[in-house]
Amino acid sequence: MIRFILIQNRAGKTRLAKWFMNFHDDEKQKLIEEVHALVTVRDAKHTNFVEFRNFKIVYRRYAGLYFCICVDVNDNNLAYLEAIHNFVEVLNEFFHNVCELDLVFNFYKVYSVVDEMFLAGEIRETSQIKVLKQLTTLTSLE
Amino acid sequence: MRGDAMRGLAVFISDIRNCKSREAELRRINKELTNIRQRFRADKTLDGYQKKKYVCKLLFIFLLGHDIDFGYMEAVNLLSSNKYTEKQIGYLFISVIMNSSTEMKQLIIQNIRNDIQSRNPIFINLALQCVANIGDKEMATAFTQEIPRLLISGDTIDPVKQSAALCLLRLHRTSPESLQLNTEWTARIIHLLNDQHLGVATAAVSLIDALVKRNPDEYKGCVNLAVSRLSRIVTSSYTDFQDYTYYFVPAPWLCVKLLRLLQNYPPPDDASVRSRLNECLDTILNKAQEPLKSKKVQHSNARNAVLFEAINLIIHMDCESKLLVRACNQLGQFLLNRETNLRYLALESMCLLATSEFSHDAVKKHQETVINALKSERDVSVRQRAVDLLYAMCDRSNAEDIVQEMLTYLETADYTIREEMVLKIAILSEKYAIDYKWYLDIMLKLIRIAGDFVSEEVWYRVIQVVVNRTDVQSYAAKIAFEALQAPACHENMIKVAGYILGEYGNLIALDPRSIPMIQFDLIHSKYHLCSTTTRSLLLSTYMKFINLFPEIKQYVQDILRHDSNYRSSDVEIQQRATEYLRLSEICSATVLATVLEIMPPYPEKQSPLLVRLKQKKPLTEAETSSEPFAATTANPEDGPKLAESTIHLNQPVQQQQNGLLLSFDTLESNNSFNDATSYSLPSISSPAPTSSTLQSAKKLLFKNSDIIFENDLLQIGIKVEVAKHILGVEFYYGNKTNSNLTNIANTIKVTGDLESDIRFNIEPIKTGIDPKAQIKQSGTIECLKEFQELPIINLSFYYGNVLQKVDFLFPLYVNKFIERAEMDSNSFFLRWRNLDKPGQECQKIFPAKYPMMHDDCRQKLEGFGWSNLTGIDVNADNFCGAGILHTASQQIGCLYRLEPNKQAKMYRLTVRASKDGVANRLVELLDDEF
Repeated sequence: MIRFILIQNRAGKTRLAKWFMNFHDDEKQKLIEEVHALVTVRDAKHTNFVEFRNFKIVYRRYAGLYFCICVDVNDNNLAYLEAIHNFVEVLNEFFHNVCELDLVFNFYKVYSVVDEMFLAGEIRETSQIKVLKQLTTLTSLE
Repeated sequence: MRGDAMRGLAVFISDIRNCKSREAELRRINKELTNIRQRFRADKTLDGYQKKKYVCKLLFIFLLGHDIDFGYMEAVNLLSSNKYTEKQIGYLFISVIMNSSTEMKQLIIQNIRNDIQSRNPIFINLALQCVANIGDKEMATAFTQEIPRLLISGDTIDPVKQSAALCLLRLHRTSPESLQLNTEWTARIIHLLNDQHLGVATAAVSLIDALVKRNPDEYKGCVNLAVSRLSRIVTSSYTDFQDYTYYFVPAPWLCVKLLRLLQNYPPPDDASVRSRLNECLDTILNKAQEPLKSKKVQHSNARNAVLFEAINLIIHMDCESKLLVRACNQLGQFLLNRETNLRYLALESMCLLATSEFSHDAVKKHQETVINALKSERDVSVRQRAVDLLYAMCDRSNAEDIVQEMLTYLETADYTIREEMVLKIAILSEKYAIDYKWYLDIMLKLIRIAGDFVSEEVWYRVIQVVVNRTDVQSYAAKIAFEALQAPACHENMIKVAGYILGEYGNLIALDPRSIPMIQFDLIHSKYHLCSTTTRSLLLSTYMKFINLFPEIKQYVQDILRHDSNYRSSDVEIQQRATEYLRLSEICSATVLATVLEIMPPYPEKQSPLLVRLKQKKPLTEAETSSEPFAATTANPEDGPKLAESTIHLNQPVQQQQNGLLLSFDTLESNNSFNDATSYSLPSISSPAPTSSTLQSAKKLLFKNSDIIFENDLLQIGIKVEVAKHILGVEFYYGNKTNSNLTNIANTIKVTGDLESDIRFNIEPIKTGIDPKAQIKQSGTIECLKEFQELPIINLSFYYGNVLQKVDFLFPLYVNKFIERAEMDSNSFFLRWRNLDKPGQECQKIFPAKYPMMHDDCRQKLEGFGWSNLTGIDVNADNFCGAGILHTASQQIGCLYRLEPNKQAKMYRLTVRASKDGVANRLVELLDDEF
């Protein structure tokens, strides 16, 4: 099960924080800082997986952004690694060449994308075509 | 998509981004908050767009890390808007900010209900997503009917079904008891696995997986469907699933979820399902061998995600040796892959394979590669997995190599994993030691290389092993002495060496290089550099030296008398110095020899190292337990487990401290220690309390309650009650002393044939008995077959910190299972005559041992279990009777006749029984009892 999804830049600014467990606000802040410290020190030769408390972080770096998914230790690493990429490709398509600023100015839309693809800590929909079709429908609405 | 953009919001975000300082940002935010507050307060006629814009700004401010204490009502108002974009912002605000607030909850639930009941699938979806994000007990109760109905109804469109499935999952996780799923829905929920829409299936598997975990039997129908769905995907071409093909891999996520779902069950019983599943797994393994269809890492990752999950399932089923070995070979290839991820995952999976008997040997073939990984991997987490795998693949055949490699690596290993490595090396070298000298060499090397990372458990264990194995004690003393000669010695080394020399220094004292005085000087040269705990231990060593080497007593006394000890500011040191000195002055050599006797062997329990290793992981959780993860509801089972493990961790350590470090003190402070030794020594040293117990055992032959064991410390009584082949027993353990008996453990040992003849079902014994108190242990004993031998009871306990072991025969004779039978003379003689085959009769003539009293004989015979029938034998002095010997499988008829001859002071006993050999046994039991 996914415990949370974080998108952060190198400087540690959070661009998305999606929580699938109930955390207090100060706990959230602590987790954000810990994850940032954990993944930014790793280089390309390292794995895309890090143990984190009693969970693990599966992460991938895109330019200056780190996409991190916190899952249970026995969850399938590669499946979540590719779930990140699938998500990134959807964002890229949806925002026509996504960049960090898109995530800032359209933060409320990014949540919609997440809800289409991940719900209740599980993968909801994996078809890019289906997700994008749904998102296009939603955008056309008032 | 920019059409609906809220311009005001964009401007505000730009302003914030342009702020040069934190203060400027704060000013801008406060200005905005004031503005929004005024708008909300003053302008009751804000339109939906404006409300949406301001709520969205509040959300943005909240996400920047500022508290928001207003605007909630406006957000909830947005829920009832007819416009998607307004509704969406309302739901988002609620999901992000208001997830734990209870105010307005009813209002929110009402709005959600309205949306769920609307005909607009977009609105239904928004409402469902909101429940999936923040659903709680109240929502579970509120929607316990509606959401499941959406999931299984034929009218529902696919995206809504997807959301409904995961919505239920959320409610199931947060509030399983409030969510009542009708069992009539089970089949329809399971059938979602077959849904044409792969997205529905993908979402539904996650729900079903959770429901299966709650009620595997109810949902076991999902196995067949999951296998057939999986089969259809893996055997298809990637072009068959356009939408769901990801980099040439058909529906990888769905496959992974299905493979995980199947891991909830044992391998399918149905042969055809099972073979279909095996084919799937085979196909997945085959595909891993095919050339890649794309150079993109996404392709290989997706393919391997499925492969690794398939391997997990193969390991879970642990029955198809062919698949296990194939999996292992595949992972072996990955070990050499240039992708770090794959090497890491291969090491991780191989750890599991190493534990299966089918693939253990296949894993061992990769030992070289794994050792190389240990040396060359750049990522510490990969090296960590290599260590794990080496540990898992270790057995007697490769232990020496693996331990050596791990030791070598330890010198350069990352600090974060050293302690765990030390534990693993210690465990492996003990577990697979053929020669304990090798074990000791390794352990001392371990302390030398990584002394700081050697936890107490590790060096305690070294000492336990030495104390328990007489064959290595002189070698231990020798190498301990040598280790101390190194110019720089780790303190843990000093502790181990000090303890060992204190116990066994005499074994090397004849060597001119290690005569007593040299040993003493060598140890004492380290003394001043040590912590007070170590010094305390060394003082005990010195005291033991006084006993081992009386010739250096005076030097030891000088040290004890020295101000730095005798007047040490540390109370422990001072007390030891004072008491040891006094003890050495007033006690005779014999008393000293008793007090300072070598330590008795430790009871063999589970190695505390294994306990420690198992606890290592949860322990890291414990540190974070006050933090978010443990505080949340998702892992409710973590709490008690953690508490338990911390208790466990403390206990063995304390006990060992009692045994290893404080034993002198407790003996001294306890005035009864002289008694202790006089009590304990006989019972430890005399292995044969049998002669005394046998006599009483013979008594139990005729009685149903008796004392079956007694010494100065303890009395054990027993009470039995027969019901056919099952005997109810109650043991009573009485503590005869004035102190506690602790750590009581007992086992009933049945050897040879007895093992299959009797079955014990005895409750665990309480671990302690208060002074002069009694405890009870009850249970049942089942007679499966007429047995011959007696079981042995092993009992161990601590009395005043001295281990006591007691072994005695449990006087359980087969006659306890005889039930008396009454009959008239006709049937008696009829049966008697029928039992005339050679093995059925036994007759013995034996001299009288006791006065030949008619009444005594009758009592004994009746007490033996069978009847005493009068008026059958013409001679009234003779005894006749019958009984049935009950075993689990049969009933054995037994008849007897006992004829006393008072003139000759002899008896003649004749027994006939329906089963060969039984008559013999019964005569044996009785022929010296009259």
